[in-house]
Order: sequence, then structure tokens, then C-alpha cells
Amino acid sequence: MGFRLFPEQASTISFEVDHLLYFLLAVAIFFTVLIFCAIIFFSIRYRRRSDRELPHAVHGGLPLEIAWSVIPFGLTMVMFTWGASVFFKESRPPDNAMQIYVVAKQWMWKLQHIEGQREINELHIPVGRPVRLTMTSEDVIHSFFVPAFRTKQDVLPGRYTTTWFQAVKPGKYHLFCAEYCGTKHSGMIGWIYAMEPRDYEAWLSGGRAMGSLAENGEKLFDDLACGNCHKPDGSGRCPNLVGLYGKNVQLASGAVVKADEAYIRESILQPTAKIVAGYQPLMPTFQGLVTEEGVLQLVEYIKSLGEKPGVPEGSGVTPALNREVPNTQATRPSNATSTPRNR
Amino acid sequence: MNASYGIKSWLFTKDHKRIALLYLATITFFFFIGGIFATLIRIELLTPKGDLVSSDTYNKLFTMHGVIMVFFFLIPSIPATLGNFFIPMMIGARDLAFPRINLLSWYLLVIGGLFAIFAMVAGGVDTGWTFYTPYSTSYSNTWVIATALGIFIAGFSSILTGLNFIVTVHTMRAPGMTWFRLPLMVWSNYATSLIQVLGTPVLAITMVLVFCERTFHIGIFDPALGGDPVLFQHLFWFYSHPAVYIMVLPGMGVISELISVYSRKAVFGYGFVAFSSVAIAVLGFLVWGHHLFVSGQSLYAGMVFSFLSYFVAIPSAIKVFNWTATLYKGSISFATPMLYAFGFIGLFTIGGLTGLFVAALGIDVHVTDTYFVIAHFHYIMVGGTLMAYLGGLHYWWPKITGRMYPEGWAKLSALIIFLGFNLTFFPQFILGYLGMPRRYHAYSDEFQVLHVLSTAGASVLAVGYLLPAIYFVWSLRYGQVAGANPWKATGLEWQTPSPPPPHNFEETPVVTHDAYDYSTTVGEVIEVG
Ligand code: HEC
Ligand SMILES: [Cu+2]
Ligand SMILES: [Cu+2]
Repeated sequence: MGFRLFPEQASTISFEVDHLLYFLLAVAIFFTVLIFCAIIFFSIRYRRRSDRELPHAVHGGLPLEIAWSVIPFGLTMVMFTWGASVFFKESRPPDNAMQIYVVAKQWMWKLQHIEGQREINELHIPVGRPVRLTMTSEDVIHSFFVPAFRTKQDVLPGRYTTTWFQAVKPGKYHLFCAEYCGTKHSGMIGWIYAMEPRDYEAWLSGGRAMGSLAENGEKLFDDLACGNCHKPDGSGRCPNLVGLYGKNVQLASGAVVKADEAYIRESILQPTAKIVAGYQPLMPTFQGLVTEEGVLQLVEYIKSLGEKPGVPEGSGVTPALNREVPNTQATRPSNATSTPRNR
Repeated sequence: MNASYGIKSWLFTKDHKRIALLYLATITFFFFIGGIFATLIRIELLTPKGDLVSSDTYNKLFTMHGVIMVFFFLIPSIPATLGNFFIPMMIGARDLAFPRINLLSWYLLVIGGLFAIFAMVAGGVDTGWTFYTPYSTSYSNTWVIATALGIFIAGFSSILTGLNFIVTVHTMRAPGMTWFRLPLMVWSNYATSLIQVLGTPVLAITMVLVFCERTFHIGIFDPALGGDPVLFQHLFWFYSHPAVYIMVLPGMGVISELISVYSRKAVFGYGFVAFSSVAIAVLGFLVWGHHLFVSGQSLYAGMVFSFLSYFVAIPSAIKVFNWTATLYKGSISFATPMLYAFGFIGLFTIGGLTGLFVAALGIDVHVTDTYFVIAHFHYIMVGGTLMAYLGGLHYWWPKITGRMYPEGWAKLSALIIFLGFNLTFFPQFILGYLGMPRRYHAYSDEFQVLHVLSTAGASVLAVGYLLPAIYFVWSLRYGQVAGANPWKATGLEWQTPSPPPPHNFEETPVVTHDAYDYSTTVGEVIEVG
């Protein structure tokens, strides 16, 4: 039942979070000791010796007030800047991150690898490679929390959130649901298995029976007859989906949005929310016809449509993130503008 | 105050002092109900397995503990009891501006409380006191509406009390009682009232929206109905962050009084302490987003809210430094209320400093929704507000009842509370940083040692809270008769008999001195320092 004061440091970020913690602890201990000592010292030194005692009134001093406002303020600004810079790193997955999809529901975690492996309440990842999670919930809000990685991100119904981490040493780490979600909230737990890359490859090849996410997505695309409208050659009255992911889409409203995972999801479930310029709102909603997991497969399939031939399918690298965007619109490099938390 | 007896004379009283006592009885009742829930929670957490109660019961326990303690104890605590009793007296008034509304506020709290109790008895509610959607609106099968209605009604009690205080302080100050002669207790309650009046309506609206979605399935928060679940969090915390200051600002006011009277010195930097209360009230409205750092709100919103959260830390720091400086060259007495004041400063300092941790974005991602946050806000709410409340209650007890409490027992219980509190909640900081999530019925074995310590502390704490309940009642009959001004304090409330006559003062006092001018009360003087 081991006992420890600090959690294991098992991700790249964990060291940075802990360094910030040590700084905060140092400041906190300094001020706590200062105040405690001052109180103890004053109350002994100036204890009341007679009930008729009357000390001189002191009415304050401006220099002191300024000092003890400005010095703490300076310190808090260091905390702010430092905390924000760590947060910035926590929030922005590196470009070469491998993609994992997470669907949370009362009270389990469903995790899917690009290659098709599905896991429940367990996630196998390689050490030394950044892992990006795109997450959604089928019911209430949950929160994906891995203490050893210092990672936490709420998982919301109706939209995607993302987080990432990079494990630094092999091991088995707690996965907790950190947002209260009902009866078995405390049972919505699991394990992250961080493995040496070689072991991870071996694990991956262990169970590929179900086909990759994109392959499943393609099947679904056919089953739902998306292809009747969205023709691969772009003919007809519907936009071509090839190369869509990552590009900037001109909307009928005049706005321009980046076609990220959230956009594609919304296009499928609420097609009328954002209409592509030059097209009619013909697309029916697939809300209720396809599960969140199905949507993720479709998203992954659409992402894979943009791939240049030759990139090995199922490489585990988010395809769109390391390809050139094959369209001619004035696109900014897609990653520089992506703020996964920003929606 | 002793003009007439009988239950009717209490239920229809318009005397702010009697209404304060009605509140005192009511919130003491709620405190012990909330305390029973807390006890059950702590016993359940002795072992890693969820073995004492079922998961559903556990979820109801922490929800009702939170609801009762926040809405029916902490929020009314100091303002509605000590504030109600002493704000008019401290400014030299005969009553609050609207005595009937004051009574109505109490009835509203009671009615709200009855709804909450009904919800509990009927089967409980399991959403957490934060009512996060869509769980609360579309998934929970418990008594959400009854509880929300209770909170809604109690909210109006809070609004009306705030309104009453604001008007009273503006219009009913005695001749010579200028704004900068007001005791700091009045300043801090004034600032609190501003928050109550401006913030609570937002809570009320939020509860109405929850009601609409739950009952009529109007899509507001649930994405399945076309709503936005995070919108709820914005609305809820827009009230509930400032509510933290509704709970703690009045406590700060009490501490200013105590530090001053037991060191016989004017509070150091009176103006800074007074304005810091107002600054806290205003800035408190700008930081709600720090509860949403991992909710999926934008990266930049997170940064703005983190930045502003650090701003609101400064006025609190100013207060702590000024209180400490007040002790310098004072004449310090270790009477029970002063022990509570020391306890407050110590615990509030720790609570406040750990607030700097949770305001740091990088750290908050890790500690939010863990026991770290629980420890942090219990240091503020229990270590801060409750210590101040008990300190204030001891300080003014002789004025309220005309009797002294037994000093020895009181000191002992103050000590027990301080030790028990730290033993209960300090381990929770460590638990949280280790990653123990909040609201967990069962947990992983490695957390057990710290949970056992925490539960041990809670039992000590329980003894500490029971003692005052017993000796306060005892003192009503057997306590030493107190006299008008046992502490040689300067406030106007001490310049009239104990307990005070129905209209507080035989003659309206005229104020000629600043607050805390001890040369007027100590009498024959031995100078020190
Ligand atoms: C009835 C024809 C029709 C069907 C069936 C259909 N769509 Fe569409 N889709 C459209 C039209 C028309 C648009 C452009 C107007 C708009 O934005 O809604 C569109 C837009 C889109 C877009 C946004 C494209 C862009 O360039 O931004 C995506 C993504 C998409 N559909 C995916 C799908 C998927 C996946 C399916 C199957 C589940 C599907 N569609 C089925 C007609 C259809
Ligand atoms: Cu949960
Ligand atoms: Cu807050």
C-alpha cells in the first residue's frame, strides 16, 4: 500500500508542473513562516501585563502598505507567467503526436487507436512519443485525468476536446474520471500502460482483426450513403471531401473556419449549423443515426482522404498534420492556427 | 429585547436582535445537519472500498453536505447573525432600515431550508452542490428541483438582507459616524451586501434555467437538446465565485474587530483594510473562469482569468499584513476570541496561499477536481469563515446574552478546533496533489493512510464543535454576569447595557472619535510601548 508525498513523474510535462509547484511551495512556506513567526513573536513580546494598559496608537504607514502590496503582486505575476507558459505547452499538442480517440460514457472509457484497436478502461501507449487525445462524451461531462502525467481535460458531450502527453518511462498509471458524473463516478477508472516502443508495436500487431479506424469509417460512409452525394470527383451539388481536413472552408455566412475534427463532426450531426459557400443546405442530419464512435471513424476516414499516396496508412501519425495541404486556397499552415481548446 | 416573551413575540418580532437570534438558531441547526453528513462521509472514507454506504448514498451525502453548508450555513452565517445583531448597533441605529423585510428574509431562509430538507427526506439529491449540467438537468433521478427551489428561495433571503444592510449603512448612521469612522466589520459587511445584491440574482436565474430544462426539456445546457453544458458553469460560477467572498468577507470584518480589541490598538492601515473589502467585492466578479481551466474554454480565456485571479489575491494579502502589523506594540490579550482570530489568520493564510497554486494554470490542470481543491476551500471556508464566526460569537456573546462563557472550556475548544482542523484538511492537500479525485466513493489503496489521518482529524474537530454548543447553552443560566463592556472595547455596541434594550440605546449616541480609539474606554491608563 506504499505511501508517498508526491506523485510519480511519468510525462514530459510532469517535471515542469512540479518545478512550478516547488516555486509556489517555497513562496507559500516563506510567507506562512513569516506570518506565523510575526504573530508568535508579537504576541509574546507585547502580551498584556496589566488590564489597564494602553499602547500608543499607530496609524499605519504608506511605505509599508506599498511594499506589502507591490512585492506580493510581483511574485504573483511570476506565478501567472510561469503557470501560463506551462499551460500553453499542456494545451498544444506537438505536430508529430499520434492520435487516440476517446469516447466517455457513464461509467467507462472507450479508447480507439487509429490502427483499429479498441480498448476499454485501458490505454496502451509507447514511451517517448507524444500522444494526442481527441475526446467526447456520450452523456454527461467526464474528465480524463492521469495524475502521473499531470494531465486533465474535461470530456464534454456534443463537442470535442483535446489534450496530449508524452510518457517518459514505462509503467502502469492511474486513469481517473475527475468530473463527477453520477453513481459510479469513482468506478470510472482505468490504467494507462506506457510501453517501450518495441513492446508497443508488438502489442499493436497483436489484435488488428477489426480493421483500422479509417477503414471502418469508409464502411460507414458507404452504409450511410454519404457517397451518393459526396462523390470522390467532386461532381454533383456537394462539396468534395478529399483534402478537406485542415483546410480553411469559406462559409455561406461569409466566415472562414478551419476544417478540424470538431468542424467535421458538426457537419455530420448539425449540417445546417455551418453551410459551405456555394452549396445548398441539402445534407440531412445524421444525429441519432450514428454513434459518437461512428462519427470518429467517419472523421478519421475523411482525414485519410487527404493523404498523399505513399504515406503508410495506419502509421499512427495524424495524417493531416504532416502533409501539405493539397488545395490552392490561401491557407495558413494549419497547425499554427489550431488551438484545440479554442472553440 | 426582554420586553416580552412567548413564541409569538419571537415569530412576529421586528427587532433586528431577535431576528439575529432566530437566524442563530436556524443556522446552528443546519450546521449540525451538514456536520452529520460530513461525519458520514469521513467514516466512509476510512477504507478504500465503498463499504459503509452505497455509491448513490455517498453521492447524496456529499451533495447535501455542500448544499446545506454553503447555502444554509456559510452564506447566512456571519451577516445574518452577528451582522444583523451588531451592524445597527455599531453605527448607532435603533434597527435596520427595513425591520419587516428583515423578518421576511428569515422566513425565506426557513422556507428555502424546508424545501432542502424535504428533498433530503424524500430521497436526497446527488448532483454535487455545483449542479453541473447536463447531469443535473437530464440524468440525475433525484430531487434536483426541490433543492434548486430551496436555494432559489434562500437566495432571496440573502438579497434582501444585503439590501437592508446597504440602505441601513447609508441612511441610519448616528450623528458623527462618518464613513471613515465605521468599524471595519461594517465595511466588510457592506461590501458583502453589494455582492449579495448583484450576484445572487444570477444564481436565481441559473436555478430557473435548470428547472426549465429539467421539467420542460427546453434545450439550454444539454447538447442533446441543443444546449451548451459549459454555459451552466459560466453562470454558476459567476455567482459562486463571488459567493466565496460573501462567505469570507464578513469573517474578515470580525477579525479586524477582534485583533483591534485584544491588542487595544486601532487596526493598522484602516483605510487599506476598508478599501480592500470593496476591492475584493468588485474584483471577485471578474474571476469566475478560473473554475473552468480544463472545461474546454479557450486557452486565452484561461489566461485572462488566471491573471485576474492573482489580482484578487492582493487585497487579501494586504489584510493579513495589516492585522499582523496591528499586533506590533499592542497590549495583547489571549482571550478566547483572540485565539480564534490567530487561528483565522493562520488558516486563512494557508488557504489564501494555496489559492495562488490553483490560480496558476499549469498547476490547476493537475489539481482541479482533486482533494487539493477541497483542502484549499475548506481552509478558507472552515478555517476562515467558521473560525471568524466562532471568534465573533465568543466576543459578542456577553453582549448578546449578558453572560460570560466559561473561559477555560472555551480556550480548550478553540485549541481542539485548530488542531483537529489541520489534521483533517492538511493531509488533503497531499492527497490532491497525489491525484485523489473529488467525490470518490471508493479509492485506490495508496491513498488510505492520508484518508485515515483526515478522518481522525475530523473526529477531533467534531468534539471541538460540540463543546461550544454545550457551554454556550450552559452559560445562559450559569455564566458570570458580563456587564456592559467586559473587553473595554470601543464600539458603540459596548456603550449600552448587556443584553441591549429594545431600541439599543437609551439615547442616540453622538460619535466624536475614530473607530478603535481605546483612550476613551480603557480608563485609567498605564502606557506601554
Ligand atoms: C443529401 C446529400 C448529402 C448526404 C447524404 C451527405 N451530405 Fe455531407 N454535405 C452535403 C451538402 C449539400 C453539403 C454542403 C452544404 C453544407 O455545408 O451543409 C455537405 C457538407 C458536408 C461536409 C462539409 C464539407 C466542407 O467542404 O466543408 C462534410 C464534412 C460532410 N458533408 C460529410 C458528410 C458525411 C460524413 C455524410 C454521411 C454520413 C454526408 N456528408 C452525407 C450533402 C450531403
Ligand atoms: Cu466521473
Ligand atoms: Cu473561484
